[in-house]
Amino acid sequence: MKIPLSWINDFVETSDLDIHELRRRLDMAGLEVESIIPIGHPGAEIVWEPDKVLTAEVVAVRPHPNADRLVLAEVDYGGEVPETVVTGAPSLQQYKGRDDLHLKVAFAWNGAVLYDGHTEGWVKKRLKPTKIRGVPSRAMVCSEKELGLAEEQEDIIYLPDETPVGVPLVEVLGDYVLDFDIKGPFGHLQSVFGIAREVAAILDRPLRREVLEAASRLDLRPTGEPPFVHLEIADPDLCPRYTATMIRNVRIAPSPLWMQQRLRRAGMRPINNIVDITNYVMLELGEPLHAFDYARLRPLPGEDRPAIIVRRAREGEQMATLDGELRTFDGEMLLITDGGGPIAVAGVMGGLESEVEAETRDILLEAANFDFLNIRRTAQKLKLQTESSARFGKRVDPELAWVAAARAAELMAQLAGGEVEPQVGDLYPRRPEKVVLAYPPALADRILGVAIAPDEQARILTALEFGVERDSEPWQVAVPSFRQDVRRPVDLVEEVGRIWGYDRFPRTLIAEALPPLRRNRALEGEERLRDILVGLGLDEVISYSLIDPADETERLGAAGRLPDYPGEAVRLRNPLAPERSQMRRTLLPGMARTARSNLRYLERIAIFEVGHIHYRVAPPRPEEGFTGVEEPRRLAVLLTGPREGRWWQPTDREPLDYFDLKGIAEALLQRLGLLGRERWTRGDHPAFHPGRCATVGVEGKPLGTLGELHPLVREAFDLPDRPVAVMEWDVEALLEAAELVPPAERLHFVSPYPPIHEDLALVVDEDVPAIEVQRAILKGGYPLVTRALLFDIYRGPQVGEGKKSLAFALTYQSPSKALNEKDAAKLRKRIIKQVKKATGAIVRTW
Amino acid sequence: MRFDELERRYEEAQAALARAETPEALESWRTAWMGRKGAITALTRQIRDLPKEERPAFGQRINEVKAALEAAYEARAAEVKAEALAQELAEGAVDITLPGRPLNVGHLHLTTQTLREIYAIFERMGFEVYEAPEVELGYYNFDLLNIPPYHPARDMWDTFWVDDDLLLRTHTSPGQIRVMRERYPEPIRVILPGKVYRYEQITARSEHQFYQVEGLAVGRHITMSDLIGTLTEFTRMFYGEHRRTRVRGSYFPFTEPSIEIDTDCILCGGKGCPVCKYTGWLEIAGAGMVHPVVLQNGGYDPDEWSGFAFGLGVERPAMMKYGVKDIRLFYGNDLRFLRQF
Ligand SMILES: [Zn+2]
Repeated sequence: MKIPLSWINDFVETSDLDIHELRRRLDMAGLEVESIIPIGHPGAEIVWEPDKVLTAEVVAVRPHPNADRLVLAEVDYGGEVPETVVTGAPSLQQYKGRDDLHLKVAFAWNGAVLYDGHTEGWVKKRLKPTKIRGVPSRAMVCSEKELGLAEEQEDIIYLPDETPVGVPLVEVLGDYVLDFDIKGPFGHLQSVFGIAREVAAILDRPLRREVLEAASRLDLRPTGEPPFVHLEIADPDLCPRYTATMIRNVRIAPSPLWMQQRLRRAGMRPINNIVDITNYVMLELGEPLHAFDYARLRPLPGEDRPAIIVRRAREGEQMATLDGELRTFDGEMLLITDGGGPIAVAGVMGGLESEVEAETRDILLEAANFDFLNIRRTAQKLKLQTESSARFGKRVDPELAWVAAARAAELMAQLAGGEVEPQVGDLYPRRPEKVVLAYPPALADRILGVAIAPDEQARILTALEFGVERDSEPWQVAVPSFRQDVRRPVDLVEEVGRIWGYDRFPRTLIAEALPPLRRNRALEGEERLRDILVGLGLDEVISYSLIDPADETERLGAAGRLPDYPGEAVRLRNPLAPERSQMRRTLLPGMARTARSNLRYLERIAIFEVGHIHYRVAPPRPEEGFTGVEEPRRLAVLLTGPREGRWWQPTDREPLDYFDLKGIAEALLQRLGLLGRERWTRGDHPAFHPGRCATVGVEGKPLGTLGELHPLVREAFDLPDRPVAVMEWDVEALLEAAELVPPAERLHFVSPYPPIHEDLALVVDEDVPAIEVQRAILKGGYPLVTRALLFDIYRGPQVGEGKKSLAFALTYQSPSKALNEKDAAKLRKRIIKQVKKATGAIVRTW
Repeated sequence: MRFDELERRYEEAQAALARAETPEALESWRTAWMGRKGAITALTRQIRDLPKEERPAFGQRINEVKAALEAAYEARAAEVKAEALAQELAEGAVDITLPGRPLNVGHLHLTTQTLREIYAIFERMGFEVYEAPEVELGYYNFDLLNIPPYHPARDMWDTFWVDDDLLLRTHTSPGQIRVMRERYPEPIRVILPGKVYRYEQITARSEHQFYQVEGLAVGRHITMSDLIGTLTEFTRMFYGEHRRTRVRGSYFPFTEPSIEIDTDCILCGGKGCPVCKYTGWLEIAGAGMVHPVVLQNGGYDPDEWSGFAFGLGVERPAMMKYGVKDIRLFYGNDLRFLRQF
């Protein structure tokens, strides 16, 4: 919301204050100024230098000796003698030969930098002394465009007659436009006057209120049955008030310069005096107004005066709005209708049919009040946001309708020659109740933690126009009608706090005892996983939770079968884009995409993510706080690229694969005290290479999958043709398992006695998993075999077709004595017996 | 005669020792001269062939020669060892500027690092981390936070809707209701971190997914001054001892009164620049005293309890700290970016 400071100064004096100081005070009180746009002042696009751009007076106009279209203007700029200026201003032509003129203009000496008025767009130009068609000229009289005030270059700008001569123009016409970012539904802050009221309270200065008193100046009287219009509110639940003011015999013309300037500075385009006045009063007071062309309003059948009926639309009813669009309404939208049908969407936009035009003579001025939620709903449904709907949507004071109608009528009388009918139609079916709050001034202390003196509290509330009755405790505080946001005593505390100034508050810490302390073990566990994985050389990524649904179906299912998902996907009703329309049920697509994008720059990717997945399991039950959505945490790891980077000595450039990832998984399990408690079984996840996919469980609970991506899935994610090892595990299951292992059970006794090491090669059938052989060794040699490390796998003629030799390095060690060769031989025998029984293995002899 | 031979042998042995340049050569010298079958030992055996009267002198002389040769041998051996070491060291010299064997070092995501910093600071002030759902009920995200349907305040958040009841939380604030309903009638001091979602086009300055950390304290005598003090401490610890803070009035539907807290602009040091919109200040948190309606909805009687709440950004402080200009770098996961932290 843009507001020129000069306009605020109509109501409260701020011109002695530095603009930045004023902005600071506004910011601090919660009226945030987004930016300050200087006009003419330093910082503006066109700066009106005080010694070069001045107010002046054209005192005489003479013809140019060599050009009909040009004239020589004698301009008094406050110097000893008038300056002769060559100008093409069309409006000066009529004064040729006159020397009794008093035309106030803007005057620029050479050296001033202004916009070039004769070039399209905004081109800056420094004035230079020149000769125009043979006549020397050292200065110019300026147009609005040259001064940066308007886009069109039509004529020079004329200043009001009372303007003094020879003062810097910036003092007369300069300004600062404050662009406010007012958060919240505050109708009372959507206007110049509303802001000025706050400024007066903040600065503790008087507020000039004459602008609110036009009704008494015009001696207007409300009536339910005005002679000039049949007035009716059919749906008072949506229209608390409707006023209709009659202004006859207006002359449609451009509005005066000062009004045009203010409208432009507030971001509105001047149109004609009547439309400009409705906009001007809306900006000034915050009440949206609508001017109907009275002659175009139709009566009800059988009546002669036109009718205005405020009613809900009939389902499917239509009307063309001012912007030329044909709109279709539903039964909850409120319309202004006349005897013939809809003429405006209430509080949103007028209709094309009853628009004020150049020939309009009589104006029926609407100043009404509408239900703010209904206006917002209508504007949203019609996708029609207007200055009017924006204001009504933030709650406008119904009392304001009367005040603003009178102010606009007064301006129409002054600026358009209108005659205001003293009887004003005013239907007011829902008058706001007077709200009086019981306010104990000690409440401010309780909530704010700072004792603000009662006198100071009363001053602040009074300045903001609250009626403060201090005869008893608690105080009785009457809330003004424009403060519909204030309904509780604590709302008054906020008013007191923000005007008094939060920067003056003490800065304390909570004095109370701490609440019962709790740990968040889930988060601690999650962070521990991150630390472990980073320690294993992986980079953490955090992906978008919103994904392309095709990632979970087509792409992960590229090998022909869809993965199982634990529940229904959470899909958005209003996604930004199809690629971001569903909450992920697996971390795999995010990992694959991260790998894909990084492979453009990097050859080796080793990443992990710990994050939530989301899926629906039941319909939501809002009253119970039950969303019906499960959001468990998952852990995913992805490896791809060469095992080692290049270096100046040979490195391992083989691709990272299943076993690299399994090594990471085992290290993770080891750190969690779970290594050896997990079970690896062949997995059948459809996104994985069928021969390189394991399902992992621990302590009887499934953890998830680990393997290499299926080549077709890899291709679907546009990944290169080489192994991509990935795992996705359930974080809760992993951490719960880790919690379940008693710490004492994790610990293995470290024996002081010397171990015996020996190697043992066992030949088994090809399909015997290595892990079973290892288990049999450990079982056979229990408890003295403390380690059975597989260090070689051999296939070939020496062991025979369909067989493989597994070589294990065994460690025998006793916690209570030094083992000897005899003990070792005994153990070896037991082991060989057990592996033969369990796996059919025989000892390989060289 | 025997003496002559002894002296000759002695000289020969000395000469041979001088020619031995390797440990192997030294060893064969020792065998050849001093070993059991060595030349000097052989001379010793000849002592029996000497006339009795010559034996003592010859014996003494041969012992002298032996001792001298032993000493010469030790000295020569030390020399040879030193030469060998010198040569080995010379051969073992490398270009010490060659790069070391590269390790694959893991990195925590910048967001995780920032979150941990925030957790640590608030934990010192007694705040526990509490997590709440991301797919949330509209009822919790809006209604219970004093934002009824069609209320203008809803415009403050552009929302991703799932259906009439469900949405992606637009802020971490609905967690306030959840923690209050769970903990009543205990006093509360929690922070609620997590992802939030906004229907916003993705640009360098805005993301549809980002992190927030909500704070909530509920007690018998909690005040605005406590809120301001707590956030001031946070700012000091997070941004640095010398940062200044200022507090402005603001509006949020679920707090009353509402404030925003700023810190002096890190980029321009408070002089004013485009990032701080020439105010010299950057907003770091929205906050306020918990609205009585919200306390009530959480089960706490606003006449007996009071509380404060605040919402902190996570990416923006990190961006400020490191001068990151594009928020998309966070969840676009460009490892060239993430590996720098
Ligand atoms: Zn700055």
